[in-house]
Amino acid sequence: MSDTHAQTVSFVRDSMLPPEPPPAAQAGAIRWLRENLFSGPLNILLTLVGFGVLWLVASTIWPWLSHSVWNAGSMAECRKIIAATWGPDASGACLALIKNRWNQFVFGFYPSALYWRPVLAFGMLFLALAPVLFSESRSASRRVMALAVVLTFVIAQILGAPGMALVLMALAMLAWVALIELRPGWALLASCLYPFVAVWLLWGGSLWSPAMALAGFVIGYLVWRALSRLGMLAFALAVLAAAVWWLLLSGWVAQALAAALPLRLQPVSSDQFGGFVLSITIGVSGIAMSLPLGVILALARRSDLPVVKMFAVMFIEFIRGVPLITLLFVASLLLNYFLPPGTNFDIILRVIIMVTLFASAYMAEVIRGGLAALPKGQYEAADALGLDYWKAQRLIILPQALKISIPGIVSTFIGMFKDTTLVVFVGLFDPLKAMADTIRASFEWKGAYWEPYIFVGSIFFILCFGMSRYSMYLERRLKRDHR
Amino acid sequence: MQTQTQSQLGGPAIEISKLNKWYGTFHVLRDVDLTVSRGERIVIAGPSGSGKSTLIRCINRLEEHQAGRIVVDGTELTNDLKNIDKVRSEVGMVFQHFNLFPHLTILENCTLAPIWVRKIPKRQAEETAMHFLTKVKIPDQAHKYPGQLSGGQQQRVAIARSLCMKPRIMLFDEPTSALDPEMIKEVLDTMIELAEEGMTMLCVTHEMGFAQAVAHRVIFMDQGQIVEQNTPREFFNNPQSERTKLFLSQILGH
Ligand SMILES: Nc1ncnc2c1ncn2[C@@H]1O[C@H](COP(=O)(O)OP(=O)(O)OP(=O)(O)O)[C@@H](O)[C@H]1O
Ligand SMILES: [Mg+2]
Repeated sequence: MSDTHAQTVSFVRDSMLPPEPPPAAQAGAIRWLRENLFSGPLNILLTLVGFGVLWLVASTIWPWLSHSVWNAGSMAECRKIIAATWGPDASGACLALIKNRWNQFVFGFYPSALYWRPVLAFGMLFLALAPVLFSESRSASRRVMALAVVLTFVIAQILGAPGMALVLMALAMLAWVALIELRPGWALLASCLYPFVAVWLLWGGSLWSPAMALAGFVIGYLVWRALSRLGMLAFALAVLAAAVWWLLLSGWVAQALAAALPLRLQPVSSDQFGGFVLSITIGVSGIAMSLPLGVILALARRSDLPVVKMFAVMFIEFIRGVPLITLLFVASLLLNYFLPPGTNFDIILRVIIMVTLFASAYMAEVIRGGLAALPKGQYEAADALGLDYWKAQRLIILPQALKISIPGIVSTFIGMFKDTTLVVFVGLFDPLKAMADTIRASFEWKGAYWEPYIFVGSIFFILCFGMSRYSMYLERRLKRDHR
Repeated sequence: MQTQTQSQLGGPAIEISKLNKWYGTFHVLRDVDLTVSRGERIVIAGPSGSGKSTLIRCINRLEEHQAGRIVVDGTELTNDLKNIDKVRSEVGMVFQHFNLFPHLTILENCTLAPIWVRKIPKRQAEETAMHFLTKVKIPDQAHKYPGQLSGGQQQRVAIARSLCMKPRIMLFDEPTSALDPEMIKEVLDTMIELAEEGMTMLCVTHEMGFAQAVAHRVIFMDQGQIVEQNTPREFFNNPQSERTKLFLSQILGH
């Protein structure tokens, strides 16, 4: 107080103040309530209305949920139990339906003796993803892998996988984990092989068909490597070589190899797919392919080359302007007119392509936002250091742009995953509508209305919420620029 | 005058003749002629908007020119991408706002271009990086991210990052004007040290003390043209053109 006086304006501090700890935060439930819920007349009113609505909703749903029956063989039996327990007027949820038809929700019409194959494909998905998704944290990656291996094994056993398959399954998964742990560089290559293994497990048939499809990529890559001096021409030649292989040669080679060494799984046709196996197959493939495609489209849209840019703009605007269902109809009906008669182009594959194209258009716009958000100085610094376009994109621009776009990318993933239920319109058995209708059409479960929807909705919620949590984890992990 | 200093220096490092550039209809650079010898240190000064940044950004093709010739170390800058890449790997540039890569550590910032452009093994690139980081006096920050450093430290990292490419020519575009006075000194000290080693330097700056200490030549630009060039002593003590006198009185006046 006596440091300064009105008369003596000049002031020299003769002792510096020591730093002090910050004041303790003023916490407390009552205080929080008063500040956030009851701070003024309008606020009090809104709070009361809010609680009123909550109470109304809960009081309507709760009796129905609380009067739920888990053990019953049919809808009629279930109703009888409810009437006997809670009185004749009570209504309740027949969750016994879910217990009863669980396998059908999950696997559709997949042959029940082969249930272990989708389970193994799903378990291996996590092994393929662990080195990519959790590259930042060894321990998180290990936890995910351990959980995947144990759960896959236990579930496959419960679902009655044959002993031989169980042994091979355990060996394959443990070998893969060992590879990830001991040779992380090779693990990424193994992740690249995963799609082919998964296709083989899901659809069965000869191992040589997916192997020959893979060989096409290898051939393309080798051609590109060998001719990489030619620049864009090498790329074109590589694509050409791969196409020639796939269209003309791979079929013969696959047949010859299958005759020499038949490695076959019992084939499962696409119309036996259904339920969550179908949704997850389409969703995961779409997610995996739409991200790279979206990146390419976003870069093309920002390209200096007018033709490339125009193509990207037209593609994105066209795909975004058309409802997904239209694209699915094109996939299921129109394509048959354009393809030569007799070609057998799998319906699930066609749907996956359409869903991928659809999601990649949205993805491109999300990523373009991330690219635009980067300061111009980043491009200039990369240029000034002599990095060429692709190196600058890969090392400097995309890592930052993708990080900025994580929330948008994951929203697109989530939206696309939920949209896989729309395949019901082209005759595939999605879990929400087609599967529920099938079950409702059975004699036992006629009249079940809400139960399948609630169940399928909750599963979708769990899967999507998982993705959303992962994106938050990733954002936290990558937050290192302290801006 | 120019020839005096050049006699002690090497052959030409940069030759610019009749350089013209437009932004739309706006004529930013008008008939700029400039020859820089090997080992020469040039300070470019001038009022805001006079085209100083544009000029030095043309030298590594961050900006494209429409008329005239720029030859850097015997390579002419044309639309040929090979030439551009060659020039860029010979010419280092330091920006006003540092432009470090925020997602990479200091060490990774410094090793990225040597590894991917020069194809130097990672080990060796890291050794070089540590050498230059030691030189700019921040080896202990190597594993931090740019966001954790002060402005002056970031700018010194940016200088080290350029030096890791072993460039023959360094361009500086107002390297100290985003910094507080205390940090300006640490960056200028680094640049003076670099100058003493004989690096060819083109530096846009308003630090006239620095110009007097290290420059062989000061170039004064206005409205996209070189208005006056001279040795620092002559330039500051005996400016010829009216425009230069006005500029000097403004920046030295307070
Ligand atoms: N990308 C651009 N498009 C259009 N005009 C530009 C662009 N960049 C710069 N200019 C204009 O060109 C002129 C010269 O700009 P330049 O950045 O070279 O000036 P400078 O001398 O570096 O100025 P300062 O000291 O403020 O950095 C300015 O009038 C500026 O408005
Ligand atoms: Mg400038």
